[in-house]
This record gives sequence, structure tokens and C-alpha cells, in this order.
Amino acid sequence: MSSAQAFATDTWVIARRGIKHIRRQPEALSDATIQPIIFVLLFSYVFGGAISVPGGGSYKEFLMGGIFAQTIVFGCFGVAMALAYDRTNGAIDRFHSLPIARSTFLSGHSVANLIRSIIPIVFMTATGLAIGWRVHSSFLDALAGYGLMFVFSFAVIWIGVMLASLVSTPEAVQGIAFVVIFPITFIASTFVPTSTLPGVLKTIAEWNPTSALANSLRHQFGNPGGAIPHDAIFPLAHPFAYTLIWAVAIVLVCAPLSVVLYQRSIKS
Amino acid sequence: MNDSTTPLAIEAYGLVKRYGPKAALDGVDLDVARGSVCALLGPNGAGKTTAVRVLTTLTEPDAGTARVAGHDIATDPLEVRRSIGLAAQDATVDGLLTGHENLAMIGELHHMGRKRALTRADELLAQFSLTDARDKLAKDYSGGMRRRLDLAATLVATPELLFLDEPTTGLDPRARNDLWDVLESLVDEGVTILLTTQYLEEADRLADDIVVVDHGHVIARGDARSLKRQAGGDHLHVICARREDVEAVAAIVGRFASGRPSTDDRAVTAPAEGGVQAIAQLAQALAEEDIELEDLGLRQPTLDDAFLTLTGAPAESFDDEEVAA
Ligand SMILES: Nc1ncnc2c1ncn2[C@@H]1O[C@H](COP(=O)(O)OP(=O)(O)OP(=O)(O)O)[C@@H](O)[C@H]1O
Ligand SMILES: [Mg+2]
Repeated sequence: MSSAQAFATDTWVIARRGIKHIRRQPEALSDATIQPIIFVLLFSYVFGGAISVPGGGSYKEFLMGGIFAQTIVFGCFGVAMALAYDRTNGAIDRFHSLPIARSTFLSGHSVANLIRSIIPIVFMTATGLAIGWRVHSSFLDALAGYGLMFVFSFAVIWIGVMLASLVSTPEAVQGIAFVVIFPITFIASTFVPTSTLPGVLKTIAEWNPTSALANSLRHQFGNPGGAIPHDAIFPLAHPFAYTLIWAVAIVLVCAPLSVVLYQRSIKS
Repeated sequence: MNDSTTPLAIEAYGLVKRYGPKAALDGVDLDVARGSVCALLGPNGAGKTTAVRVLTTLTEPDAGTARVAGHDIATDPLEVRRSIGLAAQDATVDGLLTGHENLAMIGELHHMGRKRALTRADELLAQFSLTDARDKLAKDYSGGMRRRLDLAATLVATPELLFLDEPTTGLDPRARNDLWDVLESLVDEGVTILLTTQYLEEADRLADDIVVVDHGHVIARGDARSLKRQAGGDHLHVICARREDVEAVAAIVGRFASGRPSTDDRAVTAPAEGGVQAIAQLAQALAEEDIELEDLGLRQPTLDDAFLTLTGAPAESFDDEEVAA
């Protein structure tokens, strides 16, 4: 077997294990299932009446793009938690004592989590349709929207791997979730249009890739808030391109860096 | 490939591993002959796990070299890993996979092909009496079953060299005996085993060679008999009837002993060179103090005494473990 072939087979064996873990631990999936559904229901019914969308339209439909984006950014925790668990319970030693390339452990987890990221997208779509969200654009536009979600899901996995190399316990991963990633998805156009935010927060929100992802999805699905202002700053005028640039940059920076950091963190 | 000209399964020179200012391994040399069983014996924190982690390429030493199964750990780690099986100190079977899935996955990662991996998994489940639990998730296994699965996992690719880090810790006496039987049959098949243990009884029963480590140093090595010899000669052994007397008795024993007496509950033990003479004098002195005794005698050294003498701390015994559990 060539080493590339071996890498691919081993990655898939480890990915299959990760998928079994996901299937057999449905409670660990709550961030990808229950949580976004609660957000959709909570925000659309509690704040729905109080927030007006520029250009008019239903807040529920506006909200969907935001929650899609938020859930995808949260996707980085799936892989970070899985790695942290494997590290605390010693599973990693078992893999590292086998004659496989060490990087297959990371690639296997990444593939499993990429497949995992389909779950919230499907759940969200079903919930959205149930509460009255609709796609008003062409099939191809919508398809591009889903494609963008998938690409961004792949990118954030590498943020997750980097996280798992900086901290090593599941508790610490959760801590970072609340202190860092949660605010990032809130200071964005997730729940409210960025134009309604004050001063500095508005600027942060406009450049936040979470906003760009949410805005792109609104645009791709023909939802309220999806109109593109052509004379605005780059992230607002070209949300799709801006999101893609972020995705590529995250992968280019985080993937190699997290592999190095991760290998170093397990050396001792 | 396999360098079968060398009779040594493991040869390590001057292994050093530091964690901060502290050296977990401080210049360890190790020779293990092919087909033999070597026990690394030492108290908590002695460096046993660290030695295993270095030799199995899980961690890199700060200094020193080692060849494992004929391959250099620094330059040829993949070949080392191809030749060995490792059961880490905390059983690392995957709780969310079934017993069969656990073993099959390891077979696949050894590139034996999916079909072969599946049948090999069933063979091993049968060998370790786990066939009934084949499709149960490993997290629902008992501790003994998990240990057996863990050991089975190390054997998937029929390695020539096994590293077992405290293989019987946490097992009840019967499960421990069963596991010893399994290990002995592996040795009969020609497998080399390096195991770590805190139990002298285990080292005595399984190992051809015992290497005593403490604070990252090898402080003694040899077979059980020669280690007993290193523990010095006979020992005075007194058991008091009342616990309160232990201190007083220890002081008296100290007068006739050739070394520092040690106490354990109501027992006082100390090395003695005087032989029968010493015991007669001791009996008289104790009688004068009017201390009630349960037992008084002269003992041949046990491995426990050897351990005590060598490390300066009492060895953990099975009894302690059971009381604590
Ligand atoms: N990853 C680590 N980081 C820091 N210190 C470590 C690490 N691993 C081991 N040590 C230290 O190195 C020393 C030797 O540890 P080791 O685990 O090898 O002991 P051991 O003989 O296996 O003990 P035990 O019987 O408790 O398993 C200990 O003092 C331990 O605290
Ligand atoms: Mg240990």
C-alpha cells in the first residue's frame, strides 16, 4: 500500500469510528440539534415582533440565515470535544501506538465531523420549513447557499482542532465556547441587522465572518435582509466572496498550524 | 526489516526524560532478551509508565537511545509500532464501540484487510472468553472484561513484543490469576513481554528478570532469588498483641537489629545479623518490659523486604489494595 493510500484508508477507519461515536451519543449532539431549534423558536416568537428588518419582510425568515450561520460556527466544538475526550480517556495512546501516520488521527476526526455538520443543517432546514421559512430564490442560488455552508463547516473544523491543541479537557473546550465563540456569533447580524447596532459594535459585526455568512445565506435564499448594498464596505457588498475568503484563510492558516500545535501538545 | 540477529528484544541506553526540572527517567539502561518476561517494578511515580511510553514511541526521550524489536525508536518509530502491542496503564478500549468493533478497527489500522480484521477479532474474542459480549458496547463491560479486551487489542497483529503497563491493577484475585495464565501461555508461544507492576508477587510469578526502578533510576535487577539476597539476611519479625506497644517494641528491636526497624500495623520488622542469638536476646528484653506478644520469630527475606530495602519505602501489596478498595 502506498503511503497516500494508507493515509486515506486509515483516515476513513478513524472517521467511521467517529461517526459511530456520534450515533451512539445523541446527547453530545445537542449543540447541533436541540440548541439551534430552541434559538429559532425563542428568537422568532419572543423578539419577532420587536425587531424590524430593513427592507421589510418576516423576522422569522431573516432569523434563519443567522441561526444557520451561528450553528455552523459552533461546529468547531464538535471536533474539539471529540479530540479532548480522546485525549482525556487515553484513546489517543492506543492510536499512536499503531503503525499509522499520526496525522490520520486528526484527518479521521475532521472527516467524521464534516459528516456530522450535515446534521444541524438538515435539522435547521426542517425546523425552518415547519415554522414558515421558505426559499424564494432559484434552485441554483439555494444550492450555492448550502454549498457555502458546507465549505464553512469544513473551515471551522480546523478552528476546533486548533482549540483542542490549546486546551486539552472537554471542560476547558466548553469554557472557551462560552467566553469566546458565543460572543462572536452574537456580535453579528445573526439576530439583528447590523445597521441597528451602535458604533464600534456595528463595525465589528460588519466585518465578522458570521455576519457575512448569515447575509450570504439570506441573499442566496431570497430571504429578508438579503438585499446587497453595492456601495457599502466589502463584507457587506460581497458577503459570499468575503465568506469564502475567510473559509480559505482559516483552512490555510489553521490547518497546518493546528497540526503542528496538536502534535506538539501530545509530545509530552 | 526485522533484525533477528540480535537476541535482544529491547536494548536501551541512558534514557532520560524530563518533565520540567524533574527527571521521570534519569539514565535508564535496559536489556530484555527475546522470548523472556521482564518486569519493571517500582512504587508510584518511579517512572515505569514513562519508560513504557518512551519505548513504545509515544513520547521522545531527552537523551539516550533504544532499539525495540531491532528498530531504533528515534529513526524508525513506525517499524517499532508494527512489531509491538501496547496495553496502557488505563485500559484504552473504546467504550462507545463494541468489543468486536474495537478489535476489528485495530486490525484494519494494521492493514490486514477488512475481512481478515473481522475474523481476527472473532478469534481473539473467543480466546479471551468474550464471545458472549461480542456486540456489547465496551463501556458496559466489567473491569476484568475491559482488561481482557485491552490485552486482546494488543494481540491483533500478533506482535512479537508486548508492553503491558500494570496489566492487573484493579482486577480481583481470580481475574488476576486468569490474566496471568493468559500471559504465561503467550510466553510459551515465544512472545516477549515487558510489564510494569507494583506487585512483587506478580513480578515473581511472571518475570524472568526483575528491574527495580525508583525516582527514574534502575536501583536493582536480577531474578527474584538474587533480589531477595540483596535484601540482606534474616529478619526479626515481631507481632505485638496491642497496637499501642508497637513504638516501644520497635525501639527494642532496633537495639538488636542491624538496620532500621519498620512497622506495619502491629508488626515490627528489622534486618538482623545475629541470627538465633539476636532473637534470644530480643525475647528476653521484651519479656523484661512485660509486653504481650502474638508472634516472635526470625524470617528469611521476602521480595517485599527486598523492595523495602532497595527503595526505602514499603511496597504496595495486594492486601493494601484490597483494604483500600
Ligand atoms: N506528562 C507529564 N507531565 C509532567 N510530569 C509527568 C508526566 N508524566 C509523568 N510525569 C512525572 O514523572 C514521574 C514518573 O511518572 P510515571 O507515570 O512514569 O510513574 P509510574 O512509575 O508509572 O507511576 P505509577 O505507578 O503511579 O503509574 C512522576 O513524578 C510524574 O509526576
Ligand atoms: Mg504508571
